[in-house]
Amino acid sequence: MAAPRSLQFDTLTLHAGQRPDPVTGARATPIYFTTSFVFRDADHAAALFNMERGGHVYSRISNPTNAVLEERIAALEGGVGAIATASGQAALHLAVATIAGAGSHLVASRALYGGSHNLLSYTLPRFGIETSFVDPRDLSAWKNAIRPNTRLLFGETLGNPGLDVLDIPSVSAIAHGAKLPLLVDSTFTTPYLLRPFDHGADLVYHSATKFIGGHGVAIGGLLVDGGTFDWEASGKFPELTEPYAGFHGMDFQEESTVAAFLLRARREGLRDFGACMSPATAFQLLQGVETLPLRMERHVANTRKVIGFLAGQSSVESIAYPELESHPDYALAKRLLPRGCGAVLSFNLEGGRESGRRFIESLRIFSHLANVGDAKSLVIHPASTTHFRMSDKALAEAGIGPGTIRLSIGLEDPDDLIEDLSRGLRAAKV
Amino acid sequence: MELRVGNESAYAYTGGKAFDPKLPAVAFIHGGAQDHSAWILQSRYLAHHGHAVLAADLPGHGRSGGASLASIESMAAWLIALLDAAQVRAAALVGHSMGSLVALECAARYPRRVSRIALIGTAFPMSVSPDLLEAARSKESEAQRMINVWSHAAYAHYPSNPGPGFWVSGGNLRLMQRQKRGALHADFAACEAYAAGFERAAQVSCPALVLLGARDAMTPARAGRELAKAVPRATVRTLGESGHNLMGEKPDEILDALVEFLRA
Repeated sequence: MAAPRSLQFDTLTLHAGQRPDPVTGARATPIYFTTSFVFRDADHAAALFNMERGGHVYSRISNPTNAVLEERIAALEGGVGAIATASGQAALHLAVATIAGAGSHLVASRALYGGSHNLLSYTLPRFGIETSFVDPRDLSAWKNAIRPNTRLLFGETLGNPGLDVLDIPSVSAIAHGAKLPLLVDSTFTTPYLLRPFDHGADLVYHSATKFIGGHGVAIGGLLVDGGTFDWEASGKFPELTEPYAGFHGMDFQEESTVAAFLLRARREGLRDFGACMSPATAFQLLQGVETLPLRMERHVANTRKVIGFLAGQSSVESIAYPELESHPDYALAKRLLPRGCGAVLSFNLEGGRESGRRFIESLRIFSHLANVGDAKSLVIHPASTTHFRMSDKALAEAGIGPGTIRLSIGLEDPDDLIEDLSRGLRAAKV
Repeated sequence: MELRVGNESAYAYTGGKAFDPKLPAVAFIHGGAQDHSAWILQSRYLAHHGHAVLAADLPGHGRSGGASLASIESMAAWLIALLDAAQVRAAALVGHSMGSLVALECAARYPRRVSRIALIGTAFPMSVSPDLLEAARSKESEAQRMINVWSHAAYAHYPSNPGPGFWVSGGNLRLMQRQKRGALHADFAACEAYAAGFERAAQVSCPALVLLGARDAMTPARAGRELAKAVPRATVRTLGESGHNLMGEKPDEILDALVEFLRA
């Protein structure tokens, strides 16, 4: 018996979820610019509304272009399905709102993207959802923070700003021991570098705005269900295991052994909160997905060359990147991220805020802006921009130094990037 | 719906409606290492269109208690006991893969309890190669992966199952992985050991519908047609561009064929 081959990752980036259009023969994914879809007859309409047949009704709930992107990212992540959302923030909100409500509690890594931190710290408490933040490297802190009303553990594959590597196997084991799921923000790594479901995570989301798209032209999010978590056995999620009056009394876990979460997220969260993705955005993101392996390989190769350069500069006091032996997660990164630790790094420049400002303002190729994951290289100096109101002491508590520079390495010729950085370092010394 | 069969709990999904045994009954029987949710759309539709639906979890699968049953014959006896527990005198049986053999066995042995049978992704003999059987025993995850590859003819499905945004292949693999360890080997061993297929087929007196996937690498369509020839009142339909996971790859076509068959 010859074992059959499964389609490999690179092939799935091009083919999963899409085939030539059955009506027109179009090879590329068409953009289905339509708000709504015609029913064949009254029975067909009723069957679609009652989930007796699959199909499209209204583009807030589903759209054929979006479905290609959703099924493709699910295939790449090794999940059972996905939902495309208006942004990464919308994906995080959809994940939380599907299984948590007033009186619920979350445990999250404190090394989070600022937008996620805002949502959990300030906005969700207004709706009765509290979050305890823990040092992602402190496994006992994760465990000790869990309360009877905790509904979710949440972290980023690579944390912000120190690129802390989330110990997904250990944190998921803690979550599962408490009958809770682990949600992971996988934006910095993409499934090319790390597939969190393979290591125990249950839910994954991306700000697809970053490396998934790669071109920096579209805002979008993707929420993926691994289909692994047993909501029924947990006993903590009546949203998924008891009849829901808002959708024909459906018990989502009874309906689908593996996709209860995603069914409710689409049938309730996408329907009611409405943070859907435009099919034009889905098309743009699909163009990015089709070159994801090529781009990520180049992102990582360029990042390694840049780090090699920075490591030899006397004005660079330290570099944070998990492939460096000096990083506290070096060993974990070798285990979880053998293909590379992404294209975002930070380093500390001697000379404090003023040096940082001069460095940034002398660069010509790196773009000074608040984003990561573009094909073009990006730079930001938090102490003079996003965090300029904070004292040095407050910065230090956030893990940011006055001379901390964050780079997102793009796809340019690496020698051009190194020359640009040399220019910046010379200017910083003046 | 929770029932008792023998000393064990038995679960059957009723399609999202309260079960009414006075309605024409349809019982769905899943394939190896699957559960009731393989029938999510078809069972829900029929339950909302005048049928009493029982999409069973066989023993040792899904939400049903007990251990996997070792033979097709014992699964057939269990299914009839499930009908007893649900107070159903006769039902149309819809079976996929291993479940199709259970439906066949029931129709032959218990003709008064079976009004018609639909056999989906079926074949006889339903041989399992020694290598695959051994893989199912000793390398279950690799066996699941191989079966999943063989079960699908396409990498894109419109409008997917159970709806847009679901990755059919990923869902099918995860459903196998969510079953109890050992279920796959027990089910495959039961299929391999079943010897009475042609004999039982000849004894079937009710109408039969045989639905086959043109690109089914698990139960090839030609083997399904051979079995159908032995069933006196069988109608055969072959669905193009479908592998063994017919409900996943062709949910609408399977449903439409079942609706027409049950209406006839």
